[in-house]
Amino acid sequence: MGQRSHWPRYRGVALLAGVAAGPVAAEYAINLAPPATAIARQIYDLHTMVLWICFGIFLVVFLPMFYAIWRHRKSLGHQAHRFHEHPMLEMAWTAAPAVILVVMAIPTTKVVLAMKDTAASDISIKVTGRQWKWEYEYLGQDLKFISSSATPQAQIDNQAAKGEHYLLEVDRPLVVPTGQKVRLVFTAEDVIHSWWVPALGVKQDAVPGFIRDAWFTIDTPGTYRGQCAELCGVGHGFMPIVVEAVPPAQYAAWMTEQKTQLAAAKSSAEKEFALAELVAQGEKVYVANCAACHQASGAGIPGTFPALDGSPVVTGPPAAHLERVFKGRAGTAMQPFGKQLSDLEIAAVISYERNSWHNKTGDGVQPSVVAALRASLGK
Amino acid sequence: MEEVLHAPHHEEHPSGLMRWVTTTNHKDIGTLYLWFSLSMFLFAGSLAMLIRAELFQPGLQLVNPAVFNQLTAMHGLIMIFGAIMPAFVGFANWQVPLMIGAPDMAFPRLNNWSFWLLPVAATLLLSSFFAPGGAMAAGWTMYPPLFIQGGISYDMTILAIHILGLSSIMGAINIIVTILNLRAPGMTLMKMPLFVWTWLITAYLLVAVMPVLASVITMLLTDRHFGTHFFNAGGGGDPVMFQHIFWFFGHPEVYIMILPAFGIVSTIIPTFARKKLFGYTSMVWAVASIAFLSFIVWAHHMFTTGMPVAGQLFFMYSTMLIAIPTGVKVFNWVATLWRGSLTFETPMLFAIAVVCLFTIGGFSGVVLALVPVDIQLQDTYYVVAHFHYVLFSGAAMSIMGGIYYWLPKWTGHLYDETLGKWHFWLTAIAFNVTFFPMHFLGLAGMPRRIPDYALQFADFNMISSLGAFVLGLAQLLFMYTVIKCIRGGQPAGDKPWDGADSLEWTLSSPPPYHSFNTPPRVD
Repeated sequence: MGQRSHWPRYRGVALLAGVAAGPVAAEYAINLAPPATAIARQIYDLHTMVLWICFGIFLVVFLPMFYAIWRHRKSLGHQAHRFHEHPMLEMAWTAAPAVILVVMAIPTTKVVLAMKDTAASDISIKVTGRQWKWEYEYLGQDLKFISSSATPQAQIDNQAAKGEHYLLEVDRPLVVPTGQKVRLVFTAEDVIHSWWVPALGVKQDAVPGFIRDAWFTIDTPGTYRGQCAELCGVGHGFMPIVVEAVPPAQYAAWMTEQKTQLAAAKSSAEKEFALAELVAQGEKVYVANCAACHQASGAGIPGTFPALDGSPVVTGPPAAHLERVFKGRAGTAMQPFGKQLSDLEIAAVISYERNSWHNKTGDGVQPSVVAALRASLGK
Repeated sequence: MEEVLHAPHHEEHPSGLMRWVTTTNHKDIGTLYLWFSLSMFLFAGSLAMLIRAELFQPGLQLVNPAVFNQLTAMHGLIMIFGAIMPAFVGFANWQVPLMIGAPDMAFPRLNNWSFWLLPVAATLLLSSFFAPGGAMAAGWTMYPPLFIQGGISYDMTILAIHILGLSSIMGAINIIVTILNLRAPGMTLMKMPLFVWTWLITAYLLVAVMPVLASVITMLLTDRHFGTHFFNAGGGGDPVMFQHIFWFFGHPEVYIMILPAFGIVSTIIPTFARKKLFGYTSMVWAVASIAFLSFIVWAHHMFTTGMPVAGQLFFMYSTMLIAIPTGVKVFNWVATLWRGSLTFETPMLFAIAVVCLFTIGGFSGVVLALVPVDIQLQDTYYVVAHFHYVLFSGAAMSIMGGIYYWLPKWTGHLYDETLGKWHFWLTAIAFNVTFFPMHFLGLAGMPRRIPDYALQFADFNMISSLGAFVLGLAQLLFMYTVIKCIRGGQPAGDKPWDGADSLEWTLSSPPPYHSFNTPPRVD
């Protein structure tokens, strides 16, 4: 793991003190993630430096205190001395911390300036936070997809054994090239989220209605995991991030493949589907997008998220049901899914909801109907 | 002469429940505040027990994520506004008149009203758990737009905070007026006990920032119901503006919860070191500087929101400056202990633990002040560890120490020293077992406020939960020890601590109804 010269150097000393060991055991990880970018490495070193300074101060302050506790006891017959001020000493211990703080501030300021420098990036990706998934849009590439948690609900509910990357796995990772400066621009659809991948040294809030940015350059290919860091509602703990860094050639191949798939999906949306086919596809869409609130059972969470099982909207006319899913419901966690899901996905999930649990309408919605609604709204 | 002076004060006081409802006596009101605080402490503590039980293992076992978010939000809110702040006001009520030689607080009826607002607010907050959708679940920080999505309980929370704020402001004004006007002849400001100083400064902080909190939650209310868009970008507002206003209140609030704790520690340590407090003048200046700095550091809670680099650097430097006056305080405490004649009764144990553990919280504060490191640690368990080191082992443990210290004066009985020491050791050890591993969890990447976590965090979470259960149970022992002391015990005498020298120890234990009928002279 010692991919760079200077951070393992601290590691040996840190292990010695037992306060700041490197990633020795996964189960007892007690330090920052192994850095994968230059910035993350600088942060790692800054933290180690400050930790040692604090440790030193702790000794200087508390050794005299423990000595006093040990020796200056009444039970040992120690008499209290009468002094209660000492201007020189007091001035010294006001000035000394100030000097130490300046020593800390100088290297820190350099890192802050470097982190903020998002200029001259090679590629830009727009990251949009949504309750509770991330959308990645490769700017200038006409490629956009949603990345949501891939951990099965059964694992969360303790009905299945938990996988190695429990809660830190997604259906579609963010793929980026190594060695290139990637600029991320952040925004959010509904509430504030925070995009955090520890190994990259990037944590940036995604604020609805505003654009923020950050950057990273990954040196070595690999998979780097993180999750949403800002409380964003019920699904906050289930909003993982996976970044896959691949060599530039592999990245280019991946990009081409994505575009081919996209074109194929577009043409398939025009055909007519059997209801059973839609329902089967819709279940996947439902689990990824709807189950966090409305629950896999369709029962919702009473008082917070309405039940879909037996809901008048779901069992009523398909047009109204479609409109609710497509446009969402303002002021609630119900998002306008028209912006996030494809025509086929929306048609499938509506067909699924109308024919699951106790709902047996026997009808569904075709992708062409969704496409017509989209066209009428001009989106 | 004495008889004549006393005569008009010999009115009848109601007994039973009405004694407490109608009381204008600083000691009765102080007692009410402290009992209220203890009950909220135990309630919010049991919410924490549920949180730790859910986090005992990966996976969802006890509560669903919606309930989990309610638990974390209400635990924070109730601990801050229901447990810590009222406890310190309780101390102020009991101790400020006693320590400055006054008969009572300056505004006794206002004092009654300040207290009785609290149960009203608490009823609102607690009943919000039964509102449709459950209690407020957007974190104690109530960030919009998430807060805007909530149901009726969110409005109940806003109303409750308004009432709590009103109570705090009235209490603070009362304390300021009492300290500035009712001091014994000869007690100049620079002769006041340090506890009184810390409360004077805290009261000014309260008056300055509680209205800011009130306005920002009113903006939330109007955004929710009256069509304003203060925090909605779609209407020209800015969600991050909420954070700026909230933390302009929130950071001084942190010092509102810690300055009186400094006052208590600065009272206990000289008593049991049998030595005057080292550097009294610099202590006063340190408290005042911390209070001043608290107004210009707020955005260090927001380094990941994406502020301009100049903002990040300014708030980083100003935050680092706080280490200087805080360091002065710690150095002075150590110098007070140096060459004293130390004994280790329960209050002293708590005070020493506060100095050590609060300092650890101070160190993690310095770590968090550094923008790049904070960006890694913001919203992780490292922050949870940091503020529990400051607020539990800083504020709550100094409250416990203060209770043991003054309980003999308040009740006339000595508390059970053995039980007190048991309570101390259980609390101190369990506290560290609970919260120290959280530093590691945060460094290793566990975000806060999540109901379930990745497998690599499992072991430390289990350790932390076990510590938390012991910590919770230990507080029942605290309650038992306090009740036992109130009901009886060895007579305390006027001055059970030979090293104590402030005015309250010149009175009987418990003190007379109108503490000082004749102002004592201070030279």
